[in-house]
Parts: sequence; C-alpha cells; structure tokens
Amino acid sequence: MTTPALSIRGLKKNFGPAEIICGVDLDLAPGERHAIIGPNGAGKSTLFNLISGLYQPTAGSVKLGDEEIVGLPPHVINRMGLSRSFQVSNIFANMSVRENVRCGVLYSLGHGYSFWRNVGNLHEVQRKTGEILESVGLLDKAQMPAALLSYADQRTLEIAITIAGGADVVLLDEPTAGMSHSETDRAVALIEKATAGKTLIIVEHDMGVVFNIADRISVLVYGQIIATGTPEEIRGDPRVREAYLGDGDEQQALAAAGDAQ
Amino acid sequence: MSEQAMKSYDDLAPSATDKFRQRVLPFIVMIVLLAAIPLFDPSRTMNSLIAAMGINIVFALSYNMLLGRAGLLSFGHAVYFGLGGYAVLHAMNAIGAGSSGFWAGFPVFMLPVIGFGAGALAGVVIGWPSCKRSGVPFAMISLGVAELVASAGYMFGSIFGGEMGVTSDRMVGPRLFGLSMGPVEDIYWFIAFWTFLGTLGIYAFTRTPLGKMSEATRDNPERVQFVGYNPDRVRYLVFIFAGAFAGLAGGMSAVNYEIFTPESLSLAPSGLVLLMAYIGGIRYFTGPIMGAVLLTYMQSMLSDYSEAWLLYLGLLFIAIVMYAPGGVAGIVYGLLGILRRGGTDGVLARRAKQAAGVALAFTGLVILVEIAVRWSNGYGEVFEPFGLHLGIDTPLSWFLIAGFFAAGFGVLRMAREIEEGHG
Amino acid sequence: METIVFSLLNGVIYGLLLFMLSSGLTLIFSMMGVLNFAHASFYMLGAYFAYSIMGVTNFWIALILAPVLVGLVGAAVEKWGLRNVHAHGHVAELLFTFGLAYLIDEMVKIVWGRSSVDYRVPEVLDFPLFELFGAEYPAYRVFILMVSVGMLVALWFILNRTRAGLIIRAALTHPHMVGHLGHNVPRIFMLVFGAGCALAGLAGVIGGNYLVTDPAMAVQMGPIVFVVVVVGGLGSLTGAFLAAMLLGLMQTFAVGVDASFADLFGWLGLTATSELGGITIASLAPMIPFLMLVLILMIRPRGLMGDREL
Repeated sequence: MTTPALSIRGLKKNFGPAEIICGVDLDLAPGERHAIIGPNGAGKSTLFNLISGLYQPTAGSVKLGDEEIVGLPPHVINRMGLSRSFQVSNIFANMSVRENVRCGVLYSLGHGYSFWRNVGNLHEVQRKTGEILESVGLLDKAQMPAALLSYADQRTLEIAITIAGGADVVLLDEPTAGMSHSETDRAVALIEKATAGKTLIIVEHDMGVVFNIADRISVLVYGQIIATGTPEEIRGDPRVREAYLGDGDEQQALAAAGDAQ
Repeated sequence: MSEQAMKSYDDLAPSATDKFRQRVLPFIVMIVLLAAIPLFDPSRTMNSLIAAMGINIVFALSYNMLLGRAGLLSFGHAVYFGLGGYAVLHAMNAIGAGSSGFWAGFPVFMLPVIGFGAGALAGVVIGWPSCKRSGVPFAMISLGVAELVASAGYMFGSIFGGEMGVTSDRMVGPRLFGLSMGPVEDIYWFIAFWTFLGTLGIYAFTRTPLGKMSEATRDNPERVQFVGYNPDRVRYLVFIFAGAFAGLAGGMSAVNYEIFTPESLSLAPSGLVLLMAYIGGIRYFTGPIMGAVLLTYMQSMLSDYSEAWLLYLGLLFIAIVMYAPGGVAGIVYGLLGILRRGGTDGVLARRAKQAAGVALAFTGLVILVEIAVRWSNGYGEVFEPFGLHLGIDTPLSWFLIAGFFAAGFGVLRMAREIEEGHG
Repeated sequence: METIVFSLLNGVIYGLLLFMLSSGLTLIFSMMGVLNFAHASFYMLGAYFAYSIMGVTNFWIALILAPVLVGLVGAAVEKWGLRNVHAHGHVAELLFTFGLAYLIDEMVKIVWGRSSVDYRVPEVLDFPLFELFGAEYPAYRVFILMVSVGMLVALWFILNRTRAGLIIRAALTHPHMVGHLGHNVPRIFMLVFGAGCALAGLAGVIGGNYLVTDPAMAVQMGPIVFVVVVVGGLGSLTGAFLAAMLLGLMQTFAVGVDASFADLFGWLGLTATSELGGITIASLAPMIPFLMLVLILMIRPRGLMGDREL
C-alpha cells in the first residue's frame, strides 16, 4: 500500500477540562476526496485547526506523507504542501482580488521574503496568478478590491487563495456555507476542477455537496469518528442514523441526499 | 482553448501608460523639482528649511513603513534615526582623523550609507524581541526600548557625548562630485541626492514581495500563515528596513547639522515623526512626505510667529485622528477625486462650506490662544493683528472670539444639515 | 539600617502614589481597551487645579474639588472625543490620547507658565512628625500614606460591596459582557473614564506638592504609569498594586544604593575608572521601570496577575 497523503493517529485536544477531540484516527490515500460531516459542535473546525497547526493538539500525531507535522507552526505546514480555507471568509480585504491570489502564489514560486525583486516583473508569478484567477472564474473581477466582492465571490476567492500555493493536500472548511442553490452548484464544480488530482478534505453541512464530491465520508460526533466509509456505507450505517437523530434537519438532509442518489 | 491557456496574463497588470503615470512620472517630477530649486536662489533660511524637510521626508517615510504599511505603531523610531546619526558622526571624525586606511578614503557625501547600516543593525538587535508582538504590546515595547536607549545615551559619554552630544566637521576627506560639503549650496545637492534615493528606495520596497506581504500581514496576520509566511518574520524584516532608512535620514542629519545629542534618541522626536506621518496620511505613500513638509514648515516658521505652535500642532493632530483618518493626503486626493468627477452633486460646495466653517472657528481659537499666551507671559505684551489692539480686558477681543466661533460652528452646522438632507 | 527604613517608607509612599495614579488607568484599560496616553496629564491637571484652588481658598477644599474637576474634564473628553474615535480601533484611540497629552501639556504651559509653580504643602501639615535615627520625618508624607490607604479602602469597598462595583468587576474580566447585562455601555465607559481621571487628579493633588508641579511632570510620570499597568496585568487591580509597590520600592532603593558596577562586577575585572564600571546603581533607577516593561512583555505578556494577554 502506498503511503497515505495524510495520516492522523490518536489525535486529542482538550480545552481546559473539556475534551473537544477525543482520539481521532484517519488515513487519506493520495488523491482521495474525503468529507467530514457531523452535527454542530462535533469538533470539525477544531480538527482542521489541529491539522493545519493553528492549535496544538493535547496528544496524537499527524503525518503529512512521511513527515510528522504536529508541533510545527502553520506557515511551515503550509510550505510542506498542506493548505486550508476558512469557514468565515478570511481574505486580504484591503487588496485587490489579483493581489489576494498573488499573496497565495508568491511563496510557492520561491519569492519568500525577497526584497530585491519587483513583483511587477515576476512573470512566473503573474502567469500563475492569472491562471488561478481564470480557473476560478474571477478574471474579470481581478482589479476589484476584495472587500467589495459579493459573498459568493469572496468564498470563491477564499478557495483561490487556498489552492494558489499548489498544495497537494487541501482542507476546505464549509466552502458552500451560506450560498444559494445555483451558487452552490457552481462552487461544487469549481472545487472539483480546482482540486483535481489533489487530496481533499472537506467539512460540509450540505449533504448534496458531500455525496457529490466525496469518495469517502467520516462522521464526527462529540470529537470522535463514529464511522468512515463510502457514501453508500455511510448512508446505510445505523450508527450514523442514530447519531443524527437529535438533529432532525440533517437527518432529513441525509435521507433526502440518499434518495436523490 | 489551448490558445487561451497559452495567452499571457500581462494585461492583468496596469497598462504601461498607467505604470508610467503612477510610478515613474512622480519621480521625474521630483528630480525636476529638486534640480529647479537652486535656480530660484533660495535664501540661507530657505536652504536650511529645505534641508530639514529632506531629512524629515526620509525619516517620516521610513516611519510609515512600520505604521502605514505594516500596521506597527512605534513610539521609539527616533532611536534608529539617532543611532544612524551617531554612527555617521563617529565615521566623520574618523575621516577627519585618519590620514590613511579605510576611513581616509571615504567621502563624506556617502556617509548616509553608514547611517543606513547602523540603523539596520539596531533594527536587527532591537527588532528581534520587539517583533514577536504586534498591536498595543508592540507599541509598549517600542516605548520601553526608546526610554532605555535614551537613558543609556546619557550614561555612555564616550559614545554619545553626554548632554553636549557629539560634534564633527564635515569638510574632511576626499571630495565627491567636486563638492567640498562646506557651503549650503553643496549641502543642498547632498540632501537632494539622498532624499531622492531614500524616497525611491522606500517606494521600491513597497513593490517587492516582502513589501506586499507586509501589507498582507497588517491586514490579516492569520491568513498570512496559511500562504506560507511567518508574520513575525515579515514584521521583523520590515522593522530592520524601517530602521535602516531611519538611520539613513539620521546620517543626512548628522552631515547637515554636524551634531547629535542623546535628546535625539528620546520620546520627543519619536513622537514628532509619528505626528508627521499620521497628519500627512499613513494610507498613502505620499502622505508622510506631505506631513514632513508641512510640519517642518510649521516647526521653523510658525514657531517664530507663535509660542503656541505646539498647541496648534496637537489640535491639528487630534482633528485628523477624529475627522480625517486619511490625513492631509486623504483630503487632497479626496478633493482631486471630486474635481475629476466634476463635483456636480454639490459635494464641492459642501466641502467649501465645511472648510469655511473650520477656518472661521479656527480663527476664533487662534485669537483666544494668542491673547492667552501673551497674558500668561505677563510681560504686558498685547496681541495686535492687522493693527487691532486685542488685550485680555478689551471687549473687542471677546466679541471677536465669540463671533468667529459662532459663525464657524453655524456654517459647519449648515453644511451638516445639507449633508443629512442629501442622505 | 536607617537607609533601609527610610527607603522602605519613601518607597511605600511612592508606590502608593503610583498605584493611585495607575488604578484609574487599569480600570480604563481593562474595560475599554484604551491605553490612555494622557492619563498622567490628568495627574498634572490635578496638581495645577489644586494649586489654583488653593490660591483662592485652602488645601482641604482643593483636595476635594480638584479631583472632581479633573474627573469632569475626563468625562467630557470621553464623551466628545474618545467615543467618536472608538470605531476606528484601539490604535486610533491610542493616537487620540497621544494627541490629547500633547494638547494638555501645551495648555498647561499657556495657563500656568513654563516653569514650575509654587504649589506648597499646607502649613498645618508642614512639620516633622517624628524623629528617626536623628533625622526628622515630615508629616506630609504620612498624610500621603493616609490618603492613599483611605482611597485603597474606599476603592475596595466600592468594588466589593456595591452594585456598581459588581458591574465594574464583571466588566474588568469580561468587557464584552457588560452590554449583554442591559447596561448603557457608553455611559458606564464615560463614568469609568471620569472616575479614573479623578483618581489620577487626586494623585496629582497630593503628589504635586510632594514632588514638583511643573509642565514636565506628565511626561515624566506617563511612561511609568504604563509600566505599572502592563506589569500588573490586564484586568487586575491587585496586580497593579503589586507592580506599583514593586516599582516604588525598587526605584527608591536603587537611588539609595551607593555602589557602582565596579563594586558589583569588580571580580570580572571591571574598574571604577572605566566608563562601564563608573556607572552607579543610583543612576540606573530611572531605567528600572522600562527594563521591567520590556522584560514582562517578552516573558510574561499577561503581566504579574493579569487574567488575559495584552
């Protein structure tokens, strides 16, 4: 078996006496598209924060390929090829859309902290920035200040920044939250295109999106993964149905998504 | 499709004309301006004023690398200015003393390079602990460091010269460009050269990847981490450069005045450069330039007219903080924008009304302050503008003060009502 | 021995003065997030107001009236100035108070002149209270001690035994929660700002004649007040008290120590004739607060007793 792209073992996180993540194990094959679902407060965003280095876990290990990344600062993890988006749009609001994407491109093209080059003359950077803007469909809005973008476009920009550095493992935190149906459809198409060939973990509440995108699904409840499997397995898993009992909306959504398939 | 994929994205960048207009033209204008000033044969006073402006322009721009571009509020930027200046003075003395060796061949004209290096070195040392924090803690650390360095300045007489400071003579060493560095005309070219180079250097910095990431770090330090950058490292590097350019300005000052005292390391000059940058407008590259020119002018001219000029300065600063966070540059560019759009919707009239209101109220305030200053001095001196005799017990004084205040606030209220009517 | 006792007494008095000056800033900073640069300017105003009031009436009226006036000025500044800047964030607020400090300094110079004024200890208190080791101890210092302790007790009582104190204590540690309790937040801020300034004013009234009343007193005291607040920690009056006492004692003792680096580090080969060796501990006293400030911010950003990081 090939080395997993991302391997999580016994991951735990306590906030004071409260155990938010209590022993998560997960392996992702390279190129896998994995969805994490679960009721509100299950610890999905916390899990992302632990993997991406924003929080330090209380115990456990996270390996990116062969490398242990627990304890490394976020920017180092990012450089090693793991990138993430945020649930709330987290962009550079005072910059133009193009500059936003450029910020995501610079480091990966080896221009780290350089102070001897003019960004305007970095043709490789311009080209890559342009490619990404085109691939996410923001080319015509490239000069707009990011703060003036519509909500859906800001979410798109969020994804564009996330993939700009060319990371192999991409974590998307509720990329379609708050979008309308048509916007969601477009976002899903964008995600599929932009993350083609990459390993993807996505946290999502919209079951339609989850069943559309994911190869495998993990269900996180109270800080534990209660089930992992293909969409069919998850849909048929009685434990999952039980866990969702208290959360009527999502159970209906789960059922509806199952019927639609 | 493949053709599309092959196309270059150069058209995303501003057009060549835009680039020229925005990035090259201003510097050509600056060169022309600097070259033209000597043609008007400025007086001695004017020459020294221009020298002070040049120094302050570079100093204020370097300060804005921190406050405006990186979002770091520093209360101790004069430390780097001062250390750069001291380094240059000691180098100048070495040039004067040495008949051979490295310093003997060093032209005084190039000394700001030493200031640049000294400022950078100070930034490397002091920035390391400072830049682990941002926001208010950073401001507090900069304040503490400034106090410490200033105290140390008084303590180590052999380096800082005690209360009297360190002096030197700039007419030493080899000449460069045939300048003896003695007469003010020679110094003018020295100041002009380094003001231009400093401005160009700081502008160029904003165009580098590091300069761009410094703005990104100011706006969103969290996200910066997830595009591969360490925000602390970005701040630290920017801090070093800001210190270096402040040292350059200090070096210009050292050659110009041939003296530095430990006073120049303290909080007061640090506060002044903060005022320059902020009053000028920290969101614009040209803001600190405007602020430096304006405040230097006020400092040397207004202080001759009025003892209360610091009071006016404080008022100006508070007014900017409260009502015009974009500073003078923000006001200027705002007006230009209105003019370019034609100003048809009465915006211009409203702005004119506001300006008139402010001017009227300010006149009242000036009368009040000037009368108060003279009364407080107790020499029996009386404020006599335009042949009027305005004493503290003259009814006319109080009539004028009340009148101007009433008129000013009346006009301001009118302007506001119009605005609300529009809204 | 006598140096130690005198240093201890003077250090405690200086520390209490510092605490009186800083307690208001701790309240303001913890609740509103405003690190008031002009706080020491209100201390200066207190001294000058007292001087002027004393010229017309007497010290006792000044002791009551001057802090009240300073508090009113502070409340006015909050209502018509600071509140408008609040929306632009903490750095804008810091800049506003920085400008305000400038302004108050200049106004004081215009109204009361550039040199120090003759603000004296009232005659009733101007006598040696007791004699210690052959040296007389002025009664006024003991008076400062009593006023400070009185203020300390009053502050403790208000914070722990009244409803207003309850709200303030809640707001100190959870500033965002005050609004949820259904209180008029701008009004509370104005009152706290005014009260904090009044405390600074009181410190000015009793400290101005103990030290010197001149236009430089704000600039000298201002940074030290910051140090007390930062070292003490956000949201902690106890921390501010500890920091103030620590600073007061350290500075007074340092001044009293008759030793140089050469005496301390002579074993390293440092001689008294060298520049470094010639530096005395006493001359280091003014640097101590800032050394503490920088070290605390680097090593323990929450301060001595703070409940959250700055």
